[in-house]
Amino acid sequence: MGQETKVRTGARAVMEVLQAEGVELVFGYPGGAVLPLYHELAQTSIHHILVRQEQNAVHAASGYARTSGRTGVCFATSGPGATNLVTGIATAYMDSVPVVIFTGQVPTSMVGSDAFQETDITGITIPITKHNYLVKDVEELPRIVKEAFYIASTGRPGPVLVDIPKDVALAPCQAPIPEKVELRGYKPTYHGHPGQLRALARLLKESRRPLLFAGGGVIASGAEGYLQELAEKIQAPVATSLTGLGAFPEDTPLSLGMVGLHGKPCANHAVMECDLLVGLGVRFDDRVTGAIEKFAPRARIAHVDIDPAEIGKNVRVDLPLVGDISCVLKELLALVEPAEHPEWLERIKILRNNYPLTYGRGGEVRPQWVIERLGEMTRGRAIIATDVGQHQMWAALFYGYTEPRTFISSCGLGTMGYGLPAAIGAALARPDRQVWLITGDGSLQMSMAELGTAIEQGISLKVLLFNNQSLAMVRQLQHFYYEGRYTAIKFTGNPDFVRLAECYGATGLRIAKQEEVVPALARAMQEDGITLIECLISEEEMVYPMVLNGAALNEMLLPE
Amino acid sequence: MKRTLSVLVENRPGVLTRVAGLFSRRGYNIDSLAVGRTENPTISRMTIVVDGDEQIIEQVCKQLNKLIDVIKLSDITDDPHVGRELMLIKVNADPAVRGEIMQIVDIFRARIVDIARNSLIIEATGDADKIDALENSLRPFGIREVVRTGKIAMLRGAKTKGMEASGDGTGD
Ligand SMILES: Cc1ncc(C[n+]2csc(CCOP(=O)(O)OP(=O)(O)O)c2C)c(N)n1
Ligand SMILES: [Mg+2]
Repeated sequence: MGQETKVRTGARAVMEVLQAEGVELVFGYPGGAVLPLYHELAQTSIHHILVRQEQNAVHAASGYARTSGRTGVCFATSGPGATNLVTGIATAYMDSVPVVIFTGQVPTSMVGSDAFQETDITGITIPITKHNYLVKDVEELPRIVKEAFYIASTGRPGPVLVDIPKDVALAPCQAPIPEKVELRGYKPTYHGHPGQLRALARLLKESRRPLLFAGGGVIASGAEGYLQELAEKIQAPVATSLTGLGAFPEDTPLSLGMVGLHGKPCANHAVMECDLLVGLGVRFDDRVTGAIEKFAPRARIAHVDIDPAEIGKNVRVDLPLVGDISCVLKELLALVEPAEHPEWLERIKILRNNYPLTYGRGGEVRPQWVIERLGEMTRGRAIIATDVGQHQMWAALFYGYTEPRTFISSCGLGTMGYGLPAAIGAALARPDRQVWLITGDGSLQMSMAELGTAIEQGISLKVLLFNNQSLAMVRQLQHFYYEGRYTAIKFTGNPDFVRLAECYGATGLRIAKQEEVVPALARAMQEDGITLIECLISEEEMVYPMVLNGAALNEMLLPE
Repeated sequence: MKRTLSVLVENRPGVLTRVAGLFSRRGYNIDSLAVGRTENPTISRMTIVVDGDEQIIEQVCKQLNKLIDVIKLSDITDDPHVGRELMLIKVNADPAVRGEIMQIVDIFRARIVDIARNSLIIEATGDADKIDALENSLRPFGIREVVRTGKIAMLRGAKTKGMEASGDGTGD
């Protein structure tokens, strides 16, 4: 702290921290209260991406963060700018995505007076941020911004919001950027407890039907290599959650794919038959467990997570282990002996053969088939962003992920409209990779104004739109739970999406017949810039398997 | 099951909102919450009495520990501790019954701190049982108003639940 720092404005100090943190991109939308930050941003080499709505700034930052493993950054103004962020922040929070959000605020002297464009955004976002700050003293600003990045990206990652009143941003600031972050109330546990590690190694040794269940935590901690090593060393099959897709290559024999209400049959059966279930960076969400009292009935459950509050929250846990998945798996690998489970793997093979993933009935072009072709043509190596609906589940089930950070989707909150901005963030993070958005007509219309952003950024992005002129996932719920009384699910005023793409200067293609699928996908793969493929499908398609409310995971409805 | 949690938090605006919001948001039952500065002006202590089964209490503690502003959390229910609450109680007291009330006040080692023509304010400290008993004894005279602080607590003996006791934020 001894060294001298020249006096600069608070806003300038914020930029210094951003640069020190290596921030390259900021997603945002300006307005009066945040102009001091924009004024200084313009002086830096940081690239700003002007979105069309603030919610999408957070989604784009989240897509960027998930794809790159770095922290996403957003700017928004006070009042309506800040409240527009809320869904984006909640989405990032539910999926533990590191994002730092800066909002402008009315001047300190007016805070609390219902001033023009004032909202209590720190109050509003307490339940949906990992932490947040209202900065009242400019001398605290460098420390706070540094802390915000630290908190967002360490431990269990999550969004952190920093609300900066306009006068604070403009005030002279002397405080240097601290070299280290000292937070006496925040000390994540990374290394596994040695006793618990030994206990887990023992459970694995005793187990005859072990199942590794990998979630988003595996990807967040970069543990995919250790996971693969462990699975092969002890010959244990691996299932994943929705967020865990890509944590384990699906084109390998030990992979079972996704577990859950729309999980793969073989993965769901394996959960019900295993004698040891090792949850790695998962939350045991209700969409994963089905009826909780019937979940994994024969299994002892070990749960490894960096967030102690997740352990024992939803399912009974026989062996809790707090720690970073990478650290824990590395430590565990030193303790476990190679093992084989021929009978169990034989049983898995039988399950896989007896319960293949099938489509059921549908229209002329089958969305599942289209996604399988896409998986083949991109060899499971593209980055797939999705929206929320039936198409999201098909994208999860039929693509075949082989690498972490390639499935970018709103899993925990299920936010329609996430896909396009997240895909933009992903494309900016990985210009070297093919990025596809798999979306639906309902979801795309929640954020399609961002096509303008995509065009402006000159990115390359392929949009595969499954148009069923309806909210077909809701239709499916009404089919199963509401006597097929279809209400409020039909769109009769959808635009011509091909022409919509064209009027943005993008390429538009339409698929109405099966034989058009492969040529259209191939053409999109060759195009630079934005290509939108509208694929016309039947609204009567269903997502299978489906576990109905109250049923166990192995009581799946499958297509006839 | 009632548990007494002693929680050290950053002495910053908004911390109480974060803690109280957590309880209501997650549906936990707060019995009482008392907060004040500690010997270190940057740290406050909250004494929280919470009601719930073992699983709920465990979640309460883990969720509280997740708050960045929570420095240290201890469940002191089973440790020998002094627990105290302060109550102010205003009772009807016309001259005919004053003597009787003063006797009750003496028995509970409480104090009369204000006298009006037809009422008294009594101040009492003690554990929750004693405070409840005093309130019940005064009920027949007609209680006009009760103000209670909620419990504060301190470990007996030389042991402390301060920062130096452990220094990490993970509770014990
Ligand atoms: C913001 C938001 N509003 C409502 C929902 C509820 N919902 C879930 S899926 C869905 C339908 C999605 O329609 P579309 O994007 O066309 O996908 P489809 O199911 O037709 O493939 C709706 C309305 C949601 N998930 N998110
Ligand atoms: Mg649709």
